[in-house]
Amino acid sequence: MNPKSRWIVSVLIEIPVYAGIIVAYYYLVLSLLGDWITHLFQTDKRLYAAACLALILAQGILLELTTTFLLRLVRKRMG
Amino acid sequence: MDFPISHAHIHPIYLILVGFVIGVLGGFFGVGGSFIAGPALRLVGLQWNMAVGTDLAHIVGKSVVAARKHRALGNIDFKLGFIMIIGTIAGAETGAQGIEALKRHGDVNQVVSWVSIVVYFSISMFMAWDAWKSLRARDAERKRGAPDTHSDKTSVERVTSRIQKFHLPPMISLPTSGIESISVWAIIAVAFVGGLFSGFLGGGAGYIRMPSMVYLLGIPTHLAIGTDLFEIIISAGYSTASHAVKGNVDILIALVMNTGAAIGAQIGATATQFFRGPGIRLAFVPLPLIGMAIVIYTLVTGQKL
Repeated sequence: MNPKSRWIVSVLIEIPVYAGIIVAYYYLVLSLLGDWITHLFQTDKRLYAAACLALILAQGILLELTTTFLLRLVRKRMG
Repeated sequence: MDFPISHAHIHPIYLILVGFVIGVLGGFFGVGGSFIAGPALRLVGLQWNMAVGTDLAHIVGKSVVAARKHRALGNIDFKLGFIMIIGTIAGAETGAQGIEALKRHGDVNQVVSWVSIVVYFSISMFMAWDAWKSLRARDAERKRGAPDTHSDKTSVERVTSRIQKFHLPPMISLPTSGIESISVWAIIAVAFVGGLFSGFLGGGAGYIRMPSMVYLLGIPTHLAIGTDLFEIIISAGYSTASHAVKGNVDILIALVMNTGAAIGAQIGATATQFFRGPGIRLAFVPLPLIGMAIVIYTLVTGQKL
């Protein structure tokens, strides 16, 4: 399989895998975070700013690591 | 879904889709995508200040994903990125001060709108001209059977060479970008201009920084994209913190958008492997034009998208 076809297959696999993760993440994490972060926003803006940065950076790294790991796993199985 | 911080009611699928589109653009072109995210958030009823701050937070998350992918592909020059941060932050502060000065002395909206129209249009036309010339030069070489030396050359190599020869110490080398010697001041000046536009026009100003890195500093296109994304993490992170303290960030919206952006950014970053510099630059041309169209719409209708 040439690199372009490999890439297209990877993308086609990546999208449903990610979609599943997003749904799980969305219901689990955001529902848990909602009240706490809203309370922080209302009471301490500086701490809220720090929490915003920490959350968005952590989520970015976590999502990237998860996809990379899953893609490696899928590619290994595909040979 | 209700977002208690901004009191907005937005369907999460909408946010994920918007994030996905911006993620693809960001991963492929190294831009923040604020010219799409801002209007998209406004469209669902978010206040302008909240849309700007939330968009910046989302840009940080998306850039982390894309930059990590570009790092794996060897597309980040960290030395260059760290030096550029100094100029970007100084420029962003100056741009923000410029806005404040305009607010005191005149019609800030008119000035900013017309400046952005001229800037967006000029960048688009210049990049279209350059990409077209570079692609023609490459095709001509191919027809002659010569080896492909135009893979990432631009049409303004002379200007780039002059900037690289500009001798104002301290001079440094950028081995990752293939530059033997360049003045630190030249790098800071280019970053300052990018930051200035970021502070003046809003967003990350990747539409200026990425082309400036390619044309003025002579950074290969792929490295300019990756390094720009790395730099955006720091500069947009700084702006996010600043907006969050002022209560302009709904982090829950940004987190939902970021889930879609994470997929898009990976796809966009990986896709750069299959395109050469001039091809990427040619595909970049419509982006500033979209920004220009939004500004013209705002000017004509008086409604901020």
